Amino acid sequence: MEVEKVSEETLKEISREMFVVRDTGVKEEGERLLELQIGPAHPGSGHMRILAWVDGDIVVRCDPDIGFVHRTIEKLSENRAYIKTIPLVERPSLLDTTPMTIGYVNAVEKLMGLEVPPRARYLRTILAEITRIASHFYGIGILSIFLGHSTGYMWAFGDREIMIELATMLTGARITYAYVIPGGVRRDMPQNFPDQLEKGLRYIERRLKEWEKIFLMNPVVERRLRDIGILKPEIARIYGVTGPNLRASGVDFDVRMAEPYEAYDEIDFMIPVAEEGDAYARGLVRFKEIEQSISIIRQALKKIPDGEIISPQISRLFNPLMKKIYSESRRVKLPSLMATLKPPKGEAVARVEAGRGEALFHIVSDGSPNPYRFRFVTPSFRNVILFKYLIPGHRIADIPAIYGSLDYFPPEADR
Amino acid sequence: MQPTQSSSVISKDSDLEMLLHILENKLQNIIIRLYPDKSGRAIYIEVSPDKIKDLALKLLELGFEHVKSVTGVDYPSENSIEVLIHVGSYLRTLRKYIVIIKTRLDRNNPRISTLTDVWPSSEFHEREAWEMFGIYFEGHPDLRRLLLPEDFEGVWPLRKDFHIRTRKPGEVEPPWK
Repeated sequence: MEVEKVSEETLKEISREMFVVRDTGVKEEGERLLELQIGPAHPGSGHMRILAWVDGDIVVRCDPDIGFVHRTIEKLSENRAYIKTIPLVERPSLLDTTPMTIGYVNAVEKLMGLEVPPRARYLRTILAEITRIASHFYGIGILSIFLGHSTGYMWAFGDREIMIELATMLTGARITYAYVIPGGVRRDMPQNFPDQLEKGLRYIERRLKEWEKIFLMNPVVERRLRDIGILKPEIARIYGVTGPNLRASGVDFDVRMAEPYEAYDEIDFMIPVAEEGDAYARGLVRFKEIEQSISIIRQALKKIPDGEIISPQISRLFNPLMKKIYSESRRVKLPSLMATLKPPKGEAVARVEAGRGEALFHIVSDGSPNPYRFRFVTPSFRNVILFKYLIPGHRIADIPAIYGSLDYFPPEADR
Repeated sequence: MQPTQSSSVISKDSDLEMLLHILENKLQNIIIRLYPDKSGRAIYIEVSPDKIKDLALKLLELGFEHVKSVTGVDYPSENSIEVLIHVGSYLRTLRKYIVIIKTRLDRNNPRISTLTDVWPSSEFHEREAWEMFGIYFEGHPDLRRLLLPEDFEGVWPLRKDFHIRTRKPGEVEPPWK
């Protein structure tokens, strides 16, 4: 029997068609593609623009356009004293300020060889966990409003307020605390703080059960988030994804465990991990992390030792008035020498686990009162690559769901 | 990690000793210098710019699978720009260490081969290093501006000869004049 020969061109045509079908209907570039600009003033997207090329309503190519609020923190710090950069590093991530200051201050402490008293380390840990809970509630609230679930949005912002009030009680400032200073913290906790904190934590625990009913078990939320934006562990590894987004893909990396800073090595806690790697898993991991943070705060409150809150290397520079203020009201007034702090020549690297993932700080010092070079990498800047590679293949309606589930905060990537 | 603890860590940490031993053996023909920092958690590797790809491939083989940051440090007095690459791993044994690759480029024409084919995570970091320092990454698939305005002109912003212009009281930026 004679077999009809198929020409090479037809073969190519067939293989191309097969490729198209397999690859979620994506055509080759240049064919019937529509460029769609989402943002930068879209109510949901914040000040970030997503350029999406769509075929029908399927996204073929996606390009995140960040850089609408670039603050040049790295450059500004080169013209400032070390101590004045502390309020700067907390600006990018207004919801999650303390881990950032801890990271920067840790790097300065490494440069100078400063020792931190245990009580200060515990106070830093408590505040960092309070802001982590607040930050996760913010993320969940934004995810809710992206899905059109406005109750979730209002609930999340209401619950976040509790944690902000507690942090205000501890630090005296509402969101930008600047509480962590080289060698210790700015002031001790007030007498009634542990009671109020316990009250707040109990409230959050009670709310988490209600959250389960209204959000996690909500059929609409599940339908919108399940099997959307699946990030496989091997892909998450090579793209350097960090934070809850990484842990939702089954990689149990957390800086608090990998390289413990502050008081984390003295506290028992778990790292919540999900295997699915979809948008729903990322939301779930955040809820589980709130539970763990509550447990960390409880343990830290139980274990917190009495004693100094500032390193003796700094407190010995106090003048009589500062000593009086410190002994009477346990507040630290910094000696003027701190304004012209001159760490020795060298380099220091520090990293912390902020609410959204790992933040990296690298200071190059040349012995002058300003950092010679300060490199600051935020978790959102490392996660922004996901917009480019995770969204293609999904529908336009899935963009907000993926965006919200990544807990991306544009100013943090912009710095 | 506290400085007092860290000095003891470095003597106790047998993992670090082993890792340094492996790195020294594996990289001896490629690198110039290799040393850990005081805390024993960051390992600095100095390398010449033409061997950076070999080094990256060797590190990838060892399990350092992602880049945490790619950036530069400007040294106008020495007429050079230093490229800093922070590499990390999510493997259980390596996750506590950061490898920091350092290499010096000519400041007038800073060119280096891209590492996006070895570490895809360096894509956005390299774009940032290009727009801020003018370091040209040869073979980068998509070298465009990332953070700056598209019509930005003038000196590369993070170089030392870029000076921040402070606004005087009452002065308004051009578009709103």
